[in-house]
Amino acid sequence: MTQEQRDRRPSALAERRPFGDRAFQVITLAAGLLVLVILVLVAVSTSQQASSWFSSEGTKIFSSNWNPTAGQFGGLAFIYGTAITALIAIILAVPVSVGVALLLTEVVPRRWARPIVYVIDLLAVVPSVVWGLWGILTFAPWVQGIYNSIGSAVNGVPVLDAFFGPPASGASFFTAGIILAFMITPIVTSLSREVTATVPAIDKEGAYAVGATRLEVIRGVVIPHSQGGIVGAVLLGLGRAIGETIAAALVIGSSATITSHLFAPGYNMPSVIANEFGEATGVFRAALIGLGVLLFVFTIVINVIARTAVARSARRKRGA
Amino acid sequence: MAPADTGQPKVDLREPPSWRRTRDRAATALMAASLILVIIPLGLVLFTVIAKGASVISWSFLTGSIPPSVLPASFGGIGPAVLGTILITGLATVIAVPLGVLGAVYLNEYGSSRTLARLIGFMADVMTGVPSIVMGLFIFSIWVLHFGFSGLAGAFALGALMLPIVIRSTYEMLRLVPDSLREGSHALGATKARVTLTVVLPAALGGIVSGALLAVARAAGETAPLLFTILTVTTANPNVFSGPNTSLPSQIFVNASSPYVGAQARGWGAALTLIAIAFILMIAARLITARFARYVP
Repeated sequence: MTQEQRDRRPSALAERRPFGDRAFQVITLAAGLLVLVILVLVAVSTSQQASSWFSSEGTKIFSSNWNPTAGQFGGLAFIYGTAITALIAIILAVPVSVGVALLLTEVVPRRWARPIVYVIDLLAVVPSVVWGLWGILTFAPWVQGIYNSIGSAVNGVPVLDAFFGPPASGASFFTAGIILAFMITPIVTSLSREVTATVPAIDKEGAYAVGATRLEVIRGVVIPHSQGGIVGAVLLGLGRAIGETIAAALVIGSSATITSHLFAPGYNMPSVIANEFGEATGVFRAALIGLGVLLFVFTIVINVIARTAVARSARRKRGA
Repeated sequence: MAPADTGQPKVDLREPPSWRRTRDRAATALMAASLILVIIPLGLVLFTVIAKGASVISWSFLTGSIPPSVLPASFGGIGPAVLGTILITGLATVIAVPLGVLGAVYLNEYGSSRTLARLIGFMADVMTGVPSIVMGLFIFSIWVLHFGFSGLAGAFALGALMLPIVIRSTYEMLRLVPDSLREGSHALGATKARVTLTVVLPAALGGIVSGALLAVARAAGETAPLLFTILTVTTANPNVFSGPNTSLPSQIFVNASSPYVGAQARGWGAALTLIAIAFILMIAARLITARFARYVP
């Protein structure tokens, strides 16, 4: 036997691994594979249950006709509502979250940063349904008055009227967007903080040494360095906002309409599933599960892009 | 006495007010304002829940049966929902935590940089982004349609949500365990399984437990995965393996859309109970992490 062949053979010790040792390795591998198995099973089993919707409606699944009693199951109104509420949530939550993340890493001394992080973690622990309960019983009635006064102020003004004019309802696209913004703020903040915290101190100190103000350091050093990671954090927030169910189901107003009026009641994909699944049978139920399949596809795509962006920005940092 | 003349020119190091400094101040003020914008809604929610929930909560409220919605808050309670949440979340923990820890052991101890391990780690992160309602639909399609509604089905859905969280937090903890511990026990002739079970996992135990507690806190508040798996009834069902069940979040969801004042008051009480459970779990996790941090550098 040549030296090379001997090297390629597994060592005698590895060959005589006891059965228990090998079994343990197989068990851990199986547990790890469970993640992939579940994801595949989610896709297969839900698509199967939704197949009668896909086959009976064809491309009409993207039409705007939703009338279960008449057997029409077009999902466009829900996709539209999902996009609108998620967009409102992102527009409201991202500047605030990035602001807090920069405050924590660039301004506040470390011993003050810790209690602030605890408070933001508390925000993440408040359950979705509690946001919904507060949203519909306390927040919506209060915000309705504000909607009404904004509505009468912009009444007749060209573009603004189309977005903020009447009809105004406490339970609406905009209320859902605000509640979703509260809910995604913790995750966007904590992920942005993770990336801004990795900016090398020497880069920042260099900028301060030549006389840059804090704002100039943030814009010239911190932001360019953590751009990719922040984009990833925002996308993960978007994924949350799209899939968040119970809070939106309570405050969105439950009306399958496509309108530019942000203060009008609407619907989105998760909340129509949550609210109407109980009474649904046949194609109706298939349509609701099918909306779940679309939701799954959207969030998987967004999350894969986001995780790749975060991982790439982390790798570049290690290389630098 | 006048300060000694050092012979150096007097230089005013303070920068004169300028446009650059004004903009800098404004930016700092905006960042502080965004922190306030984050704290206000949290404060408002906690204040409202405590103000409206505290007057409802009593021992008989936590253990009493769920009355018809029309009855005022002084009647009955949310006992079946408390029981359901404890049983279903407990069962989900028993299912998901061991599997998650084993999966993390594969990722860190066996897989290291293999393509399969990297794929599993990546997909576990992606899986944390799968909407909870989709997990509910999944368990409905694969389990409820064949075996009917049960607490077990709800536990499966919650477990599927907890699994990737437990994998991620355990993986981070295993990475902190110094290699010298592993090498030392291998040198004594221990097999890899033995090293992992008796040296690596005990060394990371504190972090693993606190990560699991945070996952439980998340799962206990989830409503969407339970809607289509336990069906939300109003009677207590101590048999978690068969028959429809109920839980605190499902009960809050029902009561939030109720027009009756009594039902809404019970909803606030249930919300305070749920938040209290979640906060206690979170504080316990923090305490364990703080204790653990003393042993690992």
